[in-house]
Amino acid sequence: MAFQVSLGDTAVAERAATKLKINNLNFFYGTFQGLRNISLEIPEKQVTAFIGPSGCGKSTLLRVLNRMYSLYPGQRAEGEVLFNGQNVLDSKYDLNALRGQVGMVFQKPTPFPMSIYDNIAFGVKLYEKLSRSDMDERVEWALKKASLWTEAKDKLNQSGLSLSGGQQQRLCIARGIAVKPEVLLLDEPTSALDPISTARIEELVSELRTDYTIVMVTHNMQQAARVSQHTAYMYLGELVEFTPTAQIFVKPKDKRTEDYITGRFG
Amino acid sequence: MDAASTRTFALQDAIFARSTQFFAMLVLVTLLAILGSLVYGAWPTITQVGPKFLVDGTWDPVRRLFGGLAPLWGTIITATIAMVIAVPVSFGIAIFLTEMCPPVLKRPLGTAVELLAAIPSIIYGMWGLFIFAPLFGEYVQPALTATVGKLPVVGTLFQGPPIGIGVLSAGIILSVMVIPFTASVMRDVFETTPAILKESAYGLGATTWEVMWNVVLPYTKTGVVGGVMLGLGRALGETMAVTFVIGNAYNISPKLFEPGNSIASSLANEFNEASDPLHLSALISLGLVLFILTFCVLAASRWMLASLAKREGKRT
Repeated sequence: MAFQVSLGDTAVAERAATKLKINNLNFFYGTFQGLRNISLEIPEKQVTAFIGPSGCGKSTLLRVLNRMYSLYPGQRAEGEVLFNGQNVLDSKYDLNALRGQVGMVFQKPTPFPMSIYDNIAFGVKLYEKLSRSDMDERVEWALKKASLWTEAKDKLNQSGLSLSGGQQQRLCIARGIAVKPEVLLLDEPTSALDPISTARIEELVSELRTDYTIVMVTHNMQQAARVSQHTAYMYLGELVEFTPTAQIFVKPKDKRTEDYITGRFG
Repeated sequence: MDAASTRTFALQDAIFARSTQFFAMLVLVTLLAILGSLVYGAWPTITQVGPKFLVDGTWDPVRRLFGGLAPLWGTIITATIAMVIAVPVSFGIAIFLTEMCPPVLKRPLGTAVELLAAIPSIIYGMWGLFIFAPLFGEYVQPALTATVGKLPVVGTLFQGPPIGIGVLSAGIILSVMVIPFTASVMRDVFETTPAILKESAYGLGATTWEVMWNVVLPYTKTGVVGGVMLGLGRALGETMAVTFVIGNAYNISPKLFEPGNSIASSLANEFNEASDPLHLSALISLGLVLFILTFCVLAASRWMLASLAKREGKRT
């Protein structure tokens, strides 16, 4: 496999400050333990990828970061996730504020059943009262940031469902960005898209890295190699290895990581 | 495969297609036949009373005066009261059952709502007449008259004799009968919303209410309108329970405590004593009016869905 990882990226990877610090995190689905003792530091304004076979806990870990799991009774997390120094797992941490700061995009595009404009304005209205013209500006800004503006500007009043799959996913990213979060969580954002749409999303992720801390779950190792600066390999609820991406694909430290990335298993 | 067996398959397919078509056409034929026989039965009234039937409030079989406005008015008012109460309550029940209910309670509560729908309407009528009406007249009606009854304009609605039976009581009983239908349809359609769509909204920081109102409701609007229409259909046509509590007086009044009449309850009360052919024909005309009313309600809901879709934006 020819992974194109430049050594320059390693240098970038080493300079970053920590945005999210996970300490001794354990996660339970009822009695089943989904995550075991995870400790991890997610660097600011870089892309961190979680890879691993299905069921290894990578999506679970992502869903802890914005406490999405708390929607479901029976799921609980123990340990600490420090975001700007505060533990977001603390029940006193304002859930709505957290989700304003940590946005999320899912496996499949999920435009709301409303117009393209309202899809973006919906999230913004939850936090800010903007005048019509300010809102127009914000919508344009978010769509430009998600490189959807040229395709969508003439049909802002049409349903979000009228867009193609790849455009819908970029709309979801724009919707996430519009509330001006600090962190973006991407849960296999390209798994339902064709290769061309995937390439555009990857390009977009690389651009967004200058402003946002991005955490991405992916099934696709080449994708992790292409867009991330750090990669975490997870297996059976444990964090096996977490290193700069340039290193993990060239010289993995752990035998299990090596088996997985060389295709001997998984 | 030889030619003979191919021909057999083609024949079987043709028979199957024809027979399903036959059953589908049967629905249309039945509908037209019912409409036809209603018009036929109503014909003497249509020719002798004419369109005045819909605006005249005098119903006096002795003087052979037949104006259908009173029961029409009663039907519309009781159904409106029923829906005004039932729709928000059902929405609340459905939200609780799909979003907030602890898993242990989910099945028992859901089953209880469905069982409520299985109670025969005569039981609701008896319960309404013997239990609900006395309590309502004794405690609730005087309290309503003394409070909201004093307001200008709206106050008129809450006046009248506090005897328990009347238009408002009928509307409330109807709402209790409609809630299980509407609530269980709403719950079922809310559950069809993909979890990932709801999570996207929660992930932006929306509250449960904002998720339900802005995302789940628009996503499921066709089903929700269907559920409301199912309930409204029941409210418009319900006979026994209404007959017990509405008071059976041909009376048009904005005062909701006063007795009234609905189309269905007039029919139930008067059919076996209608010896005069014009009386009988007038009753059938009422039936025709109810039929048309239901049709209009259905058409209105279609139109509403279409205009909602337009507001949401084109899909192509």
